[in-house]
Amino acid sequence: MSATSGNAAVEPLKSDAPPTPPKNNGGTTNDRKNNGGKKNNGGQRNVSRRLVYVLLSLGLLVMSAPFLWMGLSAFKTQSELSASPPVWIPTEWTLENFRQLLDKLDLPLYFMNSVIVAVLVTVSNLVFCSMLGYALAKLNFVGRNKVFGLVLGALMVPGNLMLLPLFVLMSKLQLIDSYAGLVLPFAAGAFGVFLMRQFMQSIPDELLEAARMDGASEWYIFWRIVMPLVKPALATLSIFTFLGSWNNFVWPLIATNDPDKYTLPVALATFATDPNKAGGSNGMLMAGAFLIVLPVLVVFIALQRHFTQGIATAGMK
Amino acid sequence: MSTTTEKARGPRKAGTAPSPATGGSRGRKPSMGVQNAAGWLFSTPFLVLFTVFMAFPILATLVMSFTDFGLRNVTRPWEANFIGFENYVNLFGDEKFLKSLFNTGYFVVVGVPLTIGIGLVVAVLLNNGIDRARTFFRVGFYAPVVTTIVAVAVVWRFVLDPSDGLIAGLFSEVGWTAPDFLGSETLAMPSLIVMAVWRNVGTVMVLFIAGLQAIPTEVREAAKLDGASVWQEFRGITVPLLRPTLLYATVITTIGYLNVFEEPFVMTQGGPSDSTLTVSLNMYREGFNFFHMGYASAMAYVLFVVIMGITVLQLRLLKDNTK
Repeated sequence: MSATSGNAAVEPLKSDAPPTPPKNNGGTTNDRKNNGGKKNNGGQRNVSRRLVYVLLSLGLLVMSAPFLWMGLSAFKTQSELSASPPVWIPTEWTLENFRQLLDKLDLPLYFMNSVIVAVLVTVSNLVFCSMLGYALAKLNFVGRNKVFGLVLGALMVPGNLMLLPLFVLMSKLQLIDSYAGLVLPFAAGAFGVFLMRQFMQSIPDELLEAARMDGASEWYIFWRIVMPLVKPALATLSIFTFLGSWNNFVWPLIATNDPDKYTLPVALATFATDPNKAGGSNGMLMAGAFLIVLPVLVVFIALQRHFTQGIATAGMK
Repeated sequence: MSTTTEKARGPRKAGTAPSPATGGSRGRKPSMGVQNAAGWLFSTPFLVLFTVFMAFPILATLVMSFTDFGLRNVTRPWEANFIGFENYVNLFGDEKFLKSLFNTGYFVVVGVPLTIGIGLVVAVLLNNGIDRARTFFRVGFYAPVVTTIVAVAVVWRFVLDPSDGLIAGLFSEVGWTAPDFLGSETLAMPSLIVMAVWRNVGTVMVLFIAGLQAIPTEVREAAKLDGASVWQEFRGITVPLLRPTLLYATVITTIGYLNVFEEPFVMTQGGPSDSTLTVSLNMYREGFNFFHMGYASAMAYVLFVVIMGITVLQLRLLKDNTK
């Protein structure tokens, strides 16, 4: 597929602004719409469009219902929470659930653990994945194809396959219940390498050649020329890695025994599945879920374009 | 190919072909050796981490699966005994494992088509039916993907609560009594599937939207002029041209569902009566609750072989249909 037709097809997604002038023979999405309007079936199109809106809105309602239920329940009183049939909207909004939860769980500690681990994982991925991405995209070295094959292979191996020896290894290294133990297995992911390679391939070779002729070292070229050019990709990778770490559950569950090193999801799961949790109510669980999910949702809504871009890039291959 | 990377494309003018890496520019000869060294230096950090924390554990799992690796071997791995294929043989006489295999299969067979189907419908509706509020809808459908699964599973447990949950409320509005979804052997797994579909539809939708955007509008235009109906256009143009995306989405969704762990761990703990015990949950329990690590390693490899087999099969099936 040629680059030009690709651009024309992508453009309408980004905004409602008029698409790029149709320089090639074909029409754009908007043209087609106008044509449709001029034909007699314009009325029919309107009805079906309204139907589409109704369907999508219903779908959206179903999709957001659990979030709404969580948000509302977190602020309900104990009696409203256990009312049967359930109360939809709290009559008296209360912070009691949050207060009780904070009494029971040291949430600020778990929050900090989650943040520290996620930041370390993100920074190391940005550096290491970019380095290998650059080598794979722009450096002609013997064995490059083998290394790339390794990366693709690593993309396909399920995480379950390494949990058990990883636990043994971390025990031997005395890294259970340590930040290093939580970070190291995720310090450089194959997805990040793949993403960075995809983006870096589009940097013109002439630019790098020019720098090389001026005597720039490869490190200088990578750090000062390439990295600033792939800032959008770095942003995408940061968001994905940070959230991946923030949401990660299985490994932190295995790699921590000491509650002082729990991350948020481990703390919440331990609390939620504890058979003799002393008085852990649904309200407290909703408050906990609310505190974990809310920051993620806010970040996502603020940066949503980077998400779709990242997913689409990863899916291109 | 990489239509979504315009930003990174930066200085290059659209349409300019990238000069091949082997292009005979000046100064190439001296830079060849430098590039070789630099290539390996840039690869080293990843390769070291990869070797220690991925390649070694993957091989170690294989070795462990042929041993009676247990709790005491965590401190003394070398004392584990080599027992050949005993773990694998035992697995296939182990009713619990067979049940977990069946449950995982159930989850995939019902969950994957639902996720792909709904994702495709939403993507097509978003792409053709509307032009306003498109971002709004897309964000709404994608939001569950990014949220912490443990928190979301806790929420769903409450949503499905038969006495004071959201569904119970809806049922009581129309005068019915809600069943105990997660407490019922027949309803627990379908409930987990519904939740998984809810959570993963967004990923598939985004992939399909990207795929739809890549279909040249000229093709549809031509079909329209030839008088194709909306359905004919969908069957004849959209689906065939979307096949690579369909393949990718199906494969990653299947792999994800074969590994399902968090949902049963948080929502049902595998119950009732192991009706939601999945292979991953089973493996976790055998490995980390009972420390039957050799046995659990064998499970991990059986699951891995199943995943590889199904992935290869899917690639074959979907590729063949193209021609």
